[in-house]
Amino acid sequence: MNAAPDVPAKDAQDERLEPRLQGALREMLTSNWLVTVAALLLALIVSGVLIAAADEDVHTTASYLFARPTDFLSAVWNSVWHAYVALFQGAIVDPTASTFAKAVRPLTETMTWSVPLILAGLGLAVGFRAGLFNIGAQGQIILGAVFGGYIGFAFGLPPVLHLLLAIIAAALGGAIWAGIAGFLKARTGANEVIVTIMLNNIAVYLVAYLLTTTAFKREGSNNPQSPPIDSTAIYPRLLGDDFRLHAGFLLAIVATVFVWWLMDRSTLGFQFRAVGANPSAARTAGININRIYLLVMITSGALAGLAGSAQVLGTEKVLTAGVAASFGFDAITVALLGRSKPLGTFLAGLLFGALRAGGFAMQSRTGTPIDIVLVVQSLVVLFIAAPPLVRAVFRLPSPGRRQQISPTPAPVTKEAAA
Amino acid sequence: MKLELRGITKRFGTLVANDHIDLVVEPGEIHALLGENGAGKSTLMNVLYGFYDPDEGQILVDDQPVTFTGPGDAMAAGIGMVHQHFMLVPVFTVAENVVLGYEPTTSGGLIDLPEARRRVKEISDRFGFDVDPDAMVEDLPVGAQQRVEIIKALSRDAKVLILDEPTAVLTPQETDELIAIMRQLKAAGTSIVFITHKLREVRAVADRITVIRRGKVVGSADPQSSETELASLMVGRSVSLGVDRAAAQPGEVALQVRDLTVLDEAGVRQVDGISFDVARGEIVAIAGVQGNGQTELTEVVLGLQPALAGSVTLDGKELLGRSVKEVLTAGVGFVPEDRTEDGIVADFSVAENLILDLYDTPAFASGISLDPAKVRANAEQRTVEFDVRTPSVDAHAGTLSGGNQQKVVLAREMSRPLRLLIASQPTRGLDVGSIEFVHKRIVTERDSGTPVIIVSTELDEVLDLADRIVVMYRGRIVGTVDASAATPDRDVLGLMMAGVPQEEAVKQAASHHTVLGEADIEAAEEESE
Amino acid sequence: MSAVTAAPAPARPAAKPLPPISYKAPIAYVVIAVLALIGFGLLPASGRRTGFTVSTSTDFFQIDRFDVPSKTTAIVLTLIALALGALTFWYARNRRKVGLWLPAVYAVVLVFALLVWAVAGKNQPLPLTSLLQGSLFLAVPLVFGSLAGMLCERSGIINIAIEGQLLAGAFLAAVVGTLTQSAYLGLIAAPIAGALVSALLVAFAVKYVVDQIIVGVVLNVLVVGITSYLFSTVLKVNASTLNTPPRLPTLPIPVLSEIPVLGPVLFRQTALVYLMYVVVIALQILVFRSKWGLRLRAVGEHPKAADTVGIKVNRTRIRNTLLGGAVAGLGGAFFTVANGLAFGKEMTGGKGYIALAAMILGRWSPKGALAAALLFGFADNLQVVLGIIGTPIPSQLMLMTPYVVTIFAVAGLVGKVRAPAAEGIAYVK
Repeated sequence: MNAAPDVPAKDAQDERLEPRLQGALREMLTSNWLVTVAALLLALIVSGVLIAAADEDVHTTASYLFARPTDFLSAVWNSVWHAYVALFQGAIVDPTASTFAKAVRPLTETMTWSVPLILAGLGLAVGFRAGLFNIGAQGQIILGAVFGGYIGFAFGLPPVLHLLLAIIAAALGGAIWAGIAGFLKARTGANEVIVTIMLNNIAVYLVAYLLTTTAFKREGSNNPQSPPIDSTAIYPRLLGDDFRLHAGFLLAIVATVFVWWLMDRSTLGFQFRAVGANPSAARTAGININRIYLLVMITSGALAGLAGSAQVLGTEKVLTAGVAASFGFDAITVALLGRSKPLGTFLAGLLFGALRAGGFAMQSRTGTPIDIVLVVQSLVVLFIAAPPLVRAVFRLPSPGRRQQISPTPAPVTKEAAA
Repeated sequence: MKLELRGITKRFGTLVANDHIDLVVEPGEIHALLGENGAGKSTLMNVLYGFYDPDEGQILVDDQPVTFTGPGDAMAAGIGMVHQHFMLVPVFTVAENVVLGYEPTTSGGLIDLPEARRRVKEISDRFGFDVDPDAMVEDLPVGAQQRVEIIKALSRDAKVLILDEPTAVLTPQETDELIAIMRQLKAAGTSIVFITHKLREVRAVADRITVIRRGKVVGSADPQSSETELASLMVGRSVSLGVDRAAAQPGEVALQVRDLTVLDEAGVRQVDGISFDVARGEIVAIAGVQGNGQTELTEVVLGLQPALAGSVTLDGKELLGRSVKEVLTAGVGFVPEDRTEDGIVADFSVAENLILDLYDTPAFASGISLDPAKVRANAEQRTVEFDVRTPSVDAHAGTLSGGNQQKVVLAREMSRPLRLLIASQPTRGLDVGSIEFVHKRIVTERDSGTPVIIVSTELDEVLDLADRIVVMYRGRIVGTVDASAATPDRDVLGLMMAGVPQEEAVKQAASHHTVLGEADIEAAEEESE
Repeated sequence: MSAVTAAPAPARPAAKPLPPISYKAPIAYVVIAVLALIGFGLLPASGRRTGFTVSTSTDFFQIDRFDVPSKTTAIVLTLIALALGALTFWYARNRRKVGLWLPAVYAVVLVFALLVWAVAGKNQPLPLTSLLQGSLFLAVPLVFGSLAGMLCERSGIINIAIEGQLLAGAFLAAVVGTLTQSAYLGLIAAPIAGALVSALLVAFAVKYVVDQIIVGVVLNVLVVGITSYLFSTVLKVNASTLNTPPRLPTLPIPVLSEIPVLGPVLFRQTALVYLMYVVVIALQILVFRSKWGLRLRAVGEHPKAADTVGIKVNRTRIRNTLLGGAVAGLGGAFFTVANGLAFGKEMTGGKGYIALAAMILGRWSPKGALAAALLFGFADNLQVVLGIIGTPIPSQLMLMTPYVVTIFAVAGLVGKVRAPAAEGIAYVK
């Protein structure tokens, strides 16, 4: 006897609908790296079309397309190629640079940009795996920056201690903000997607308001900004003053390892994952899911708060209303691309950091606006989430191994085996 | 109308759910499709109903081949289906549900509600159903919902009516009414395909019986065949009906439930002041139709729901007001009613599922860190002990069959020393082999001195396992029947499940036997012969 | 026959235990009213007056500016609120349900108390009519957005991409409006853009079964990326030929528009607003009473049941999501052609998310969505109006209100909300 002729249990009972994210996330977790690369390629191709479409030379040559199609094609090629070369040179190495330091600066920029992305992405990844769709990294980063920044500029403390306290405060700020959503989810069942979206907006106005108060506003300045962060509370720079890369990157590495241990090796992470995969079974097994919801959001928010610290104590060194930029939203795509796994999120953060760093170089060298990076980013995530599409485009074989284990094609099947 | 299936084959990936099935349903006959859970009956009917496309084969209506692109086509061809899980929108009224898909409209393009009500009324009067067209479906009891389903099918002029496991939610008396309706329909010329795995019902109503096993037709039988014959045809080997077990040796009382009252969120009394005891070494079955408070009762004991009043003590210690964790730690083993929803985590490995409520015990964790080696070793041992058939302990539990999933749940719950075992619907949806295994383990647990509560809506299971039977109706205990004293009467239990007090039930049952009750008596006579 | 064992038969208590009464809501009502009484009534200095104006110059008859003593009025109003709060205690105690009128009156009274306090002692009166007019105006994109969300979610598709649909609608309306020099053609183009975003949503959510929330969130990023990119590369340099849309004219309805207060608020509007009235009324009837609406809701509540009666589930979902996208796109036209404004990067500024909130607050019904959107529009406009008059409330805190209200709403403090049962779950046979 073997298990093969048995009908998979999903068939045996038909309408059990899976927790919301499970199907999509499982799809993401199981699709292989080849699909990831292919998705990135596809995103670059589609964005390339957009780049070409907005290019002046392409427009000019398109007007005599039928007379000299080669002109058109080479214009298309030039516009896209130059943009992407600039992107690469701005993100990894610039071989045209005069000194070695300048040549590798792009890589350090990529790493610098990636710090908040990785930290916030890890936070969201923890949430996703626990079944909580935390869209609120933006607000949590802001609150992290507010808390961390306040400690940073308002208190004079000895060097190491000051930085440490500011970092802890930032984590606390993010944790509190996310904790509100976790608390409401646990107490009233309020949908965390809606609550975190709302908290994002509230955070934006909150920081704007705080920057008008005497406690936060810089004296003698008309701009809504805080006093500069004390030098004692600034992340030390890793490669000297010529490079922006700061110790926050080390924090991101530590956080990645921590999240791996938390999710894969700790009893708490076991509970997180159980609640994420099947909350009712977790509850029946004695896991207090309300407590877990709160803890997940606190963990998630604390990591996003650390991302806020990377901004306010690392690169910006001052608290402004725009301190979080759009890192909170970008982090969603980072976590999704990283399939909510720590290493994946780390790498996805580096990739999107590279897109950002390279995007600025591209904008200044070829005039291609950095907004195209958003297009690449969102397309990558869409494609990653739909492996069949990517496989169809590139004629990749569908994974056979999975099918043998589970003969059912889709996450929600209706087969009611008699 | 004559309906014929020729060589129907339906595959899901590598699984062949239906393998060249032939079936002929003559006009005005009740044709039973008998097969155990997972045999492929529902798949076949879903093909017939246009819900699935067959990979091979043909459907013929009155000898003309037809193709259905969807259920709409099947309905147009005169095929109606009453699904096992009712296909009713809970927040719609009866009338809205009945007309959904072929709505009468007014000249203004809005739904003609008076006409919709009239359609419901007409059919419900014809069969003597008492159904309010304006009632919300979610407020109706399951029996009434089933009638709405039948009205829905008949209002579309169904000539062939498929009933998929229609008795699963009914008491014997309600089943009797259903059988009467089936006969009435048959007399009016409607053919009925009756899908079931219950031998007695088949023998009671079917004109012809087709048996399928593992997706293939293995034979047909006539209703005069004995239950043993049908069972061995269905399962493919001779099976012993019933469970071999010694009489219970009840010890002292371990669990005491007193005046327990539970409200649901809407403030409705789901459990209404009930009291009962369970002694060591006995199996108490809570019998009743689905939705009469059994689920709430078990969930309150486990701490999943709060109680409004009353007490539940296990070995003298109060269980109410404690967290699920504390109750589990106090030695309660819990097999939930809905295995895939509450019992296992489909995306977790078998090994992880086996420690779902043990992850923080010293056996698997040191401090806050899990020990993967110990988790794995435990899984290797448990899967052998409980005969869990899985490619590896790392396989996702969701890929296992229902029977193997249930074994995982049992293995987990029985890996701790138990002071009480609660098993809800322990064999729902399982194949016969798994049912035998699960029943055997439960009896073994009883014999080791553990008090056991079984919650089951299947009278067969209740009669097979129970030492005492507590019948619940609308949140109250109708009566308690001692199963060891004599063979309990199915009809008495059935009447009690419908809320008839015990003494009255005994009287009524003596004067009138249901079809199934009679079948029981016959079966008993056969055995004694 | 069966033997009867002695079931423990306890003496049934005389009175059945009743569920405990929850006083959470009454406490909240009273606490808020007391805080308002202290803040608006007791603490402020006395002797100041608050002015209101109502009429506009073209009304049938004129109502003069009137002034009320600030402190007394605020105290009276908050005391009414307090009385209503006390009434909820009585309701709760007697296990009776509170009607919808109570929270409505309570809210209106408190808002007036706030206004009286905020404008106390200012020379400028508070222009009530223009306050309402502006509220309706600012509610327009929210109404369209939340109707879009409702259409999609009623069919079972969660539409987080409302923001992107608004933005795409605004973009295309501006470009088409400028190219054709016709605001009306811009208005027609806007729904096409919204429907395109919806097309992507269903392509991924239905065909590839990607989680709908993920698709929605990512589509918002995508639309921001594409429109911002095109704005920077094309629109900015050719602003005069591509991004100078004409403005939709105001079409006062004869007679009706001259009714005091109501006229200017409701009937001195653009075609977009009139269209909004039509859409709200039509959807309110069709969703609940028509064949289309019945099927739409069936698919969102129990798709398999719909399938078994021959309704094509995914086709229904796709169509209604496209329709929803078109409705949202129409709302996007508000930002550009309705105001004669040029398209700007991310100009919808999160209105799509507020629309989502309005849909939830409005409990997935058109009239509810309208009411919630008006509430948010009012909060938004109040901040503008009070900003002009000059008030003690920081504008940022005013701007937060809709979001805070929404959080309270989803946390169930404003009553339970019930989403379509099958929303967010892909239907796969």
